[in-house]
Amino acid sequence: MLLYILDMLVFGLGIYCLIAKRHLIKKIIGMVIIEYSVNLFLILVGYRINGIAPILSPGENPIVFSQVAVDPLPQALVLTSIVIGLGTLALMSAYSIKLYEKYRTFDMSEINRLKG
Amino acid sequence: MGNIAMPLTVAIPMLFAVLILITGKFWRGVGSYLGPLAVFIPLYLSFFLLGVKDTTYIMGGWIPPIGIVMVLDGLSKLMLIIINGIAFFSIIYAISYMSKYTAQFKFYALFLLMVAGMNGVVLSGDLFNLFVFLEIASLASYALVGFGVESEELEAGFKYLILGSVASIVILFAVAIVYNITGTVNMADVANTIGNPMLNKAVIFALGLFIFGFSLKAGLVPFHAWLPDAHPSAPAPVSAMLSGVLIKALGIYALIRVTFSVMGAPTEILSIIMWLGVVSALVGVLLALGQYDLKRLLAYHSISQMGYVALGIGLGTPEGIAAGLFHMFNHATFKSLLFLDAGSFEQSTGTRDLRQMGGLMKKLPITSIGTIAGSVSISGLPPFNGFWSKILIIAAALASTQYLAAAIATFVAFGTLASFVKVMRFSIIGPLPKIYQNLKESPFSMTFSLLALSIICLISGLFYIFLMDSLFYPATNAILKQSAYISMVLGIGG
Repeated sequence: MLLYILDMLVFGLGIYCLIAKRHLIKKIIGMVIIEYSVNLFLILVGYRINGIAPILSPGENPIVFSQVAVDPLPQALVLTSIVIGLGTLALMSAYSIKLYEKYRTFDMSEINRLKG
Repeated sequence: MGNIAMPLTVAIPMLFAVLILITGKFWRGVGSYLGPLAVFIPLYLSFFLLGVKDTTYIMGGWIPPIGIVMVLDGLSKLMLIIINGIAFFSIIYAISYMSKYTAQFKFYALFLLMVAGMNGVVLSGDLFNLFVFLEIASLASYALVGFGVESEELEAGFKYLILGSVASIVILFAVAIVYNITGTVNMADVANTIGNPMLNKAVIFALGLFIFGFSLKAGLVPFHAWLPDAHPSAPAPVSAMLSGVLIKALGIYALIRVTFSVMGAPTEILSIIMWLGVVSALVGVLLALGQYDLKRLLAYHSISQMGYVALGIGLGTPEGIAAGLFHMFNHATFKSLLFLDAGSFEQSTGTRDLRQMGGLMKKLPITSIGTIAGSVSISGLPPFNGFWSKILIIAAALASTQYLAAAIATFVAFGTLASFVKVMRFSIIGPLPKIYQNLKESPFSMTFSLLALSIICLISGLFYIFLMDSLFYPATNAILKQSAYISMVLGIGG
């Protein structure tokens, strides 16, 4: 239970960082923290204390195995999610570089030419 | 053959996107030849799939719920037609419109990735693949919004990127919670094991997260802040795709799938969706009335019209859902038509400000005809399609004794009419400014798309009964019959 609470704390920190910070790069860092907290949550869903790796060796009893191994599906999901996160991070960095070229600032409160 | 067409609608645009990226380095114009072809094949396949019995495609021979499965039902068929149809006209339009940009081939590659992602979203049979395809389509759209690399476009794109990513992550979080409760991500299996969602607090929390994420993607008030910035900033064919299709496939479709097919449509959730819709319809149209930037005005109307769709869906009655889906189809046609018109005006006159236009009927006749057809449709004047869907939504609201919602929907219809009378008054009629004396009509590929979409607006209004029977009632049945969905995917019961 404590692990879940700590994970949600990380999620909250990320949201805080995203909302309260005006610097573009800090906003991106906040975004990444949120992503990682959700990835961690997915891992926690499949985690089992003192569990073994989910690889069934020949001759092992599948029923006993399924009670001691960790759940492999969330790990596969997290791998996909990390790759997607990498794509998002690359796009965000590219955007912030281009924004700096146009506005000469990283301060989001000065990047406000859109009206209405 | 029936089954293999489903993964092909995703695979072909994706394959062509990679092909265009590779060959584009040597031959810059490759996109304008391969792009329309890559959208035409899925369009053909989606018309072919319309005649196929509801079925599933099992990936790699792993039987669901263990393996990955693609599901084709009435709702998916309808969405495939909308996505690929609008994408086809947008990409034809883009051949001329995008020729002034450098790095055109990157535009086509991103566009095709977006189409592939959306086709995947509507066919996906499990929650995690839905998330993955949703991210493919979203990432492509984030990049397309900032495609012009001007300062305003970058600003809008960054805003859209941050808010859209938060929505995606929240959706992933909800998927994780659902997995924790049920031990599966297959939608039919989740629906089979989850029982009454209102009895489990964790499921209610997950549903709340789903509603937040998908409503943000759909641009419903109060999650709409990114939409009026992002949609006008993109190039016109992309605006047409974003407003016409993306917010429906990623927002409304996913919301319907999760609330109806997976969670079994709890009445509390339905009334939340309905009131989100009513508030969106009202706020969107009030904000649109004061706009003079044509594309921004259209973007606010997208919020308002998506409100109508959510209102119809949220009623939960067969009439309401069918009317909501019909309005979704109509909105795809007329809003993409209007955005393409706005792009045509912008390319000719160099401005999007309505106050600097005027009298363009004389110089741009086909674009003006398109504007008239689109405006009349969205304002709900008979015999164009917008009239029928709005009156059906209002009638369905009255039939479910939601009088306040029906009254607001009627008021919003008048607001929309007022707003588009303004558009026509400022852009088409009136005196022609001196600087526009030498304007020419846009090239053929642009006018072709405008005329074709105008004709679709008219025809789907005239023959709406036929469309209701062949498209919208099967889709409504697919939404409402949760047990049929479960037994079709898992192959149990019957």
